Amino acid sequence: MFDRAYDDTVRVLDEDGEVVGDVPDLDDESLVDMYRHMRLARHFDGRAVSLQRQGRMGTYPPLSGQEGAQIGSAFALDDDDWMVPSYREHGAALVHGLPLKQTLLYWMGHEDGNNAPTDVNVFPVAVPIASQIPHATGAAWASKLRGEDDAFVCYFGDGATSEGDFHEGINFAGVFDTPTVFFCNNNQWAISVPRERQTRSATLAQKAEAYGIDGVQVDGMDPLAVYSVTEAALEKARDPETDRPRPTLIEAVQYRFGAHTTADDPTVYRDDDEVERWKRKDPIDRLESYLRDEGVLDDERVAEIESTVEARVADAIDEAESMARPDPRELFEHAYAELPPELERQYEEFAALRDERGDAAFLEE
Amino acid sequence: MTETQNLTLVQAIRDGLHTELREDDDVVVMGQDVGKNGGVFRATEGLFDEFGGDRVIDTPLAESGIVGTAVGMAAMGMRPVPEIQFSGFMYPGFDQIVSHMARFRTRSRGRFTLPMTLRAPYGGGIRAPEHHSESKEAFYAHEAGLKVVIPSTPYEAKGLLAASIRDPDPVIFLEPKLIYRAFREEVPEEPYTVPIGEAATRREGDDVAVFTYGAMTRPTLEAAETLGEEGIECEVVDLRTISPLDREAVVEAFEKTGRAVVVHEAPKTGGLAGEITAILQEEALLYQEAPIGRVTGFDVPYPLYALEDYYLPSAARIEDGILEAVEF
Repeated sequence: MFDRAYDDTVRVLDEDGEVVGDVPDLDDESLVDMYRHMRLARHFDGRAVSLQRQGRMGTYPPLSGQEGAQIGSAFALDDDDWMVPSYREHGAALVHGLPLKQTLLYWMGHEDGNNAPTDVNVFPVAVPIASQIPHATGAAWASKLRGEDDAFVCYFGDGATSEGDFHEGINFAGVFDTPTVFFCNNNQWAISVPRERQTRSATLAQKAEAYGIDGVQVDGMDPLAVYSVTEAALEKARDPETDRPRPTLIEAVQYRFGAHTTADDPTVYRDDDEVERWKRKDPIDRLESYLRDEGVLDDERVAEIESTVEARVADAIDEAESMARPDPRELFEHAYAELPPELERQYEEFAALRDERGDAAFLEE
Repeated sequence: MTETQNLTLVQAIRDGLHTELREDDDVVVMGQDVGKNGGVFRATEGLFDEFGGDRVIDTPLAESGIVGTAVGMAAMGMRPVPEIQFSGFMYPGFDQIVSHMARFRTRSRGRFTLPMTLRAPYGGGIRAPEHHSESKEAFYAHEAGLKVVIPSTPYEAKGLLAASIRDPDPVIFLEPKLIYRAFREEVPEEPYTVPIGEAATRREGDDVAVFTYGAMTRPTLEAAETLGEEGIECEVVDLRTISPLDREAVVEAFEKTGRAVVVHEAPKTGGLAGEITAILQEEALLYQEAPIGRVTGFDVPYPLYALEDYYLPSAARIEDGILEAVEF
């Protein structure tokens, strides 16, 4: 798996769902579950974009097209493994146990969105590009220093590979041999800047070479290939017996079908033809086609999945929207373990004025 | 007669960049998405098509790279205008800003100067995602060797930007994105400058001086109008440049009124309001008739947007702060 050339892309299913590589050892129910999560992520994404359009949510970064990479990789994690996401990994986080409600709340501007259940091993969303990469190295390093055997997957995009934090984080991982899988969602575009303008390197996977760790390129539109590569990388991260470096850089070659965020208009900088070409590689169609050929999925099962997916997203939206605007006390609540007296004073002064003037004096709209 | 266009603040900035690119071949615009895309706020719209990719440059996603290469270009006598997409993403470039951009002239004893202007939208109130709303101008005002300019009207945005680009020293040019499209103003098509380092009086009044800048100018004027109806007359001073501060204008307005309030959306501790208060007690202690008030953001991390209206100084908080100074 890790001895191949950097541009020798790992594939399992081709664009039509035909088998072209080694199918991972997953039982039928797991495969259907993977498919279900991809459909869930796609449906959630569409609903989130429309919530933003209706003014019910703030700016939102869509993931459509990237379900193969997100769900395929997240399926390879054990429950005890940790996920260190950027800001677009709603699908991956969902697989690892983060409720959809949390993701909705975050993009609806509620601090509680980042307050994941304590048994869900997902770091808070990291918006500043690449800034989470050193965290993933450090967190994995902590696990190693304590003699634990958890592995860590860190997600970031192609643009992140231009940042200093990418190089520093991965260099530390190489030097200290940390159990970290660096998973690059190369979706071809950092807002309007194409992948070719981020680096003159032929692949992003080859950047691993400079840090002495393994690098591998995988077809990110192929969930089974992504699963296999991530599974192997996690295995290697956990197992100190191997003579290979624990850390791996995975470049998952994929495409964002939609805008960078709902504030972005991709028609300004990329051709419709390009988008259409990539849409023919749709990871969901590909897996569905394979599962139908295998007799694991049929129309009835697909219809059942569609309706459960729709209901689950609708419930999550209801739940998130039923949350009241947080109390202004929340502004101060988690700044420190113990609120310093000056902050207590600032809050009390504000609260007194709010009592006097009423809430409307402070709220725009 | 001078031709004018009716422009928003962000359009005036775009017009200012256009004018300076046209006037001086050494001017280049660089950053993430500033080229083909025309900037995420459209501040560079059309410039790539008109001036080409060597003068309106899409860079890799790397703030330290953007600021650091601009430092190198400026050292060679060019006038780069790097953009950081949001001020909340300046920190990877912070080392370049404080260790080099601010100090190159000093360190080379004047051999190398850095005529560069680092632009970034800043401030809250637009329901933006995390890290897109902070107001950290005090970091840059604290750093000797930098000038820090914050426009609040379309006309002045174009003139201050031209002055910054033509300035022999590095300028941090912070754009209050809340008012990017809030209102329009007639803006001359021809080149002109508005001087750096000079405050502007937005409203005359004898009872209390209120100092502010950027997006807070509007709620401050709103509060001043409300209080004016009650017979309290505020002198409202828009600082426009926070480093170097226009000490003379600040002291003059205070001497006229004997009372002062400073309004900014940045957190209170270590903010500009403390600096202005110190200047007033250094230079005009004997005029002081009341404690100098500070109406600012709270000393907490900027919240996600569901709470940002509570965080930002509203006209209500500003009125309350002014009344406290007046009624002391």
